[in-house]
Amino acid sequence: MSYEFLQNYWWVLIALLGGLLVALMFVQGANLQLGSRMLDDTRKRMILNSTGRKWELTFTTLVTFGGAFFASFPLFYSTSFGGAYWVWILLLVTFVFQAVSYEFMHKKENLLGVKGFRIALMVNGILAPFLVGTAVGTFFTGSDFTVNKMAITDPSAPVISTWGSGWHGLEALTQSPAVLLGCTLAFLTAILGALYILNNVDDELVEAQMRRSVKVGSLPFLFCFLAWLLFLLLSEGYAVAADGTVSMERFKYLHNLLEMPAVLVMLLTGVGLILYSLYLGAFSKSRKGIWFAMPGSVLVVMAAFFLAGFNGTAYYPSCTDLQSSLTLSNSCSSYFTLKVMSWVSLLIPFVVAYIAFAWRSMDKKKISSQEILGKGNKY
Amino acid sequence: MTAAYHWLFVPLTLGLALVMAVMETLFLVRKDEFWKKAAKFWMKIFAVNFAVGIATGIILEFEFGTNWSNYSWFVGDMFGAPLAIEGILAFFMEATFFAVMFFGWEKVSPRFHLTSTWLTGIGATISAYWILVANGWMQNPVGTTFNPDTVRSEMASASAFWEVVSNPVAVSKFFHSVTSGWVTGGVFVVGVSAWYLLRGRQKQFARKSMLIGSIMGLVGSVAVMLSGDASGVHAAEFQPMKLAAAEGLEDGGRGVAFTVVPGIRIPKMLSFLATHDFNGFVPGINDILQGYTDGEGNVIPSVADKMTMGRTALDALAEYRELRESDPEAAAAARGILEANVRYMGYGHLEKPEDVVPPVGVVFWAFRLMVGLGMLLALVLLLCFWFARKGKIGDKRWLLWAAIVCIPLVYICGQSGWIVAEVGRQPWTIQGLLPVNVAISSLSAGAVKTTFFVFLAVFALFLVIEIRIMLGAIRKGPEIEPETL
Repeated sequence: MSYEFLQNYWWVLIALLGGLLVALMFVQGANLQLGSRMLDDTRKRMILNSTGRKWELTFTTLVTFGGAFFASFPLFYSTSFGGAYWVWILLLVTFVFQAVSYEFMHKKENLLGVKGFRIALMVNGILAPFLVGTAVGTFFTGSDFTVNKMAITDPSAPVISTWGSGWHGLEALTQSPAVLLGCTLAFLTAILGALYILNNVDDELVEAQMRRSVKVGSLPFLFCFLAWLLFLLLSEGYAVAADGTVSMERFKYLHNLLEMPAVLVMLLTGVGLILYSLYLGAFSKSRKGIWFAMPGSVLVVMAAFFLAGFNGTAYYPSCTDLQSSLTLSNSCSSYFTLKVMSWVSLLIPFVVAYIAFAWRSMDKKKISSQEILGKGNKY
Repeated sequence: MTAAYHWLFVPLTLGLALVMAVMETLFLVRKDEFWKKAAKFWMKIFAVNFAVGIATGIILEFEFGTNWSNYSWFVGDMFGAPLAIEGILAFFMEATFFAVMFFGWEKVSPRFHLTSTWLTGIGATISAYWILVANGWMQNPVGTTFNPDTVRSEMASASAFWEVVSNPVAVSKFFHSVTSGWVTGGVFVVGVSAWYLLRGRQKQFARKSMLIGSIMGLVGSVAVMLSGDASGVHAAEFQPMKLAAAEGLEDGGRGVAFTVVPGIRIPKMLSFLATHDFNGFVPGINDILQGYTDGEGNVIPSVADKMTMGRTALDALAEYRELRESDPEAAAAARGILEANVRYMGYGHLEKPEDVVPPVGVVFWAFRLMVGLGMLLALVLLLCFWFARKGKIGDKRWLLWAAIVCIPLVYICGQSGWIVAEVGRQPWTIQGLLPVNVAISSLSAGAVKTTFFVFLAVFALFLVIEIRIMLGAIRKGPEIEPETL
């Protein structure tokens, strides 16, 4: 296994984890329904219990996504997390509240009341996909940082990666393409959430409300997504030459797409699956839309990561100092670390298999109002 | 800091997981509904605790990037791998099977459910192992070489990974932590049961829970002592300053006495604990500062000398990177100097030799608190076990009260342990390689403080809510019919 192969392999895994993370954020999207005026408390509780059995998967995927990034591309981890600080911290705070909300919400000693924790879940439901999307948006637009590995020899200012903007990441909110991607993700996860609940909860009123949500969410989602894609394909990109120098190239991402036909196929298949799921959710009687929307989302996200990192592209570009931009080869772990981890990654199919098994056995019966009003464990 | 907070919740998770798993096994083996209900009760408590543990855990992971960015680059190659493996192997196991365990009573077969309960606990334990591999590496950085081209510590070969994974510091830390988790779980169960007995409620449940809790706590106590002993030996070997600080030992030598509290000393005991030889050599703080010759005759340079070598290494690194393209020969020479001195590179960042001394008072007393409380807890557990087995526990009201008091004590004990381990290694983030002030991100002090206090407030809030909910659940008690008493 060559070093380059391992770097690419790990970028594929990162992309896959990113895709799974977005697909699993149906949890966040579904929790937005807790604010719906159409649903009564029992029905909201059905939704809560439905996502309550899945949220840890999403959360764990986020943690693993971070851990895998740390392990395989540590310079990204240190540059982005230490630099775009407030974006990540904000994201974490919403997840911290989410983690306890399920358990605390319906206990009478919880101090903040049912409403307080519902709001916490909804804030997480909007901000989590939005912030993740915006952060990934900067993979294409660039951020304001410099990397100087010599710094560690200078006792007065030993930090290798320094961020230019005092806003520490929040400045990404002024870059419209990044924000567009954030909005795309927020609408997409809201749709995924509705499709998931449609599949997982057995109740007529809930069904009608979810189909309505899919309908309402589709247009803004498609608008944001297409606008972002257009921006991306027409914009300049950060190209890396064979010797590692970074330069700007017109239509870089369009070129990437055309030069990597496999990615083009992934993108189109993914979009096709999502569109079909929208049709199933909004206009048919089928409850199976989620099974098309999730793989579709994974494919689209992976395609986006491939556009950002493959074909000689800097995946985490610096717009202040081009040569500080992070590429797969200048930010990755050492050969042996990547190799050892690659062996470990062979266990992933096994992990996926047991998750699927547990999921199937738990969801054989849909969640109904009897279960929520009954005596068993519930949130 | 976040780590210490996280550690408030982890031991109970590890401990209760075992209690539940044992009880549910009893339910399946004996087909007695009683054990199912008992397991369900402890599971409720577990769930609340688990949630907060997860919430604090995620912060811990990402904090490495947000607040310790230099560190993340410097050691990402070594440190990231255990973390990623932890995610893949352990976290998914916990997450998946927790949901089955909590919601699956009526949905999956009893066997599958029991497997899930065990797997949740095993997942938590595996995750503890990997994170302690990472932590153990910081205390004893094995299997690594510094690469001047990338400016970081790198895994040198595939076998280095095994060195990291089987790092003796990590192994003893793992057993120490996990078994102390059992003690925590045991003490918790015994304490709560004691409360029921004092109130005269749920007597059968309380007595049986107490028996299981005390057995587990005792097994844990013994294991904690054994692994603690191993930890002491490792500290002596790899982090002599931590040991010296924990003992408040100014001047070392051979056959050093162990100070129980200031004024009471056991001759030669410290030497025995640290080296398993009554005449073993243990360096004191001053010895380490001024340099000494250790038990095997190796000469250890003084901190001032190490600092000089560290600076030489840093200068050589700068020179190497400047010249590596223009003048390969001079660069190779600089690299040679760097490699000769790289062991002490971290010392080059220090300002004065005294910087290597951690706050002695804190570490000294934390260590005493940990050991003293640990022994007290073991004694209470032993008495509870004894009387519970004889069925006389109900009459010993003083003992029941003592068991309740032990719940906060076991937490103080665990936190003291954490203080010894983490304050004791100051100023190092990575022993000898990277001091704390170089590990950071370039953030303003204000930003860091804001975040710190926000998290402090949020977690304090969660802690209060958690305790309230737990007390509520305990007051309500398990759903066992009064007739079965």
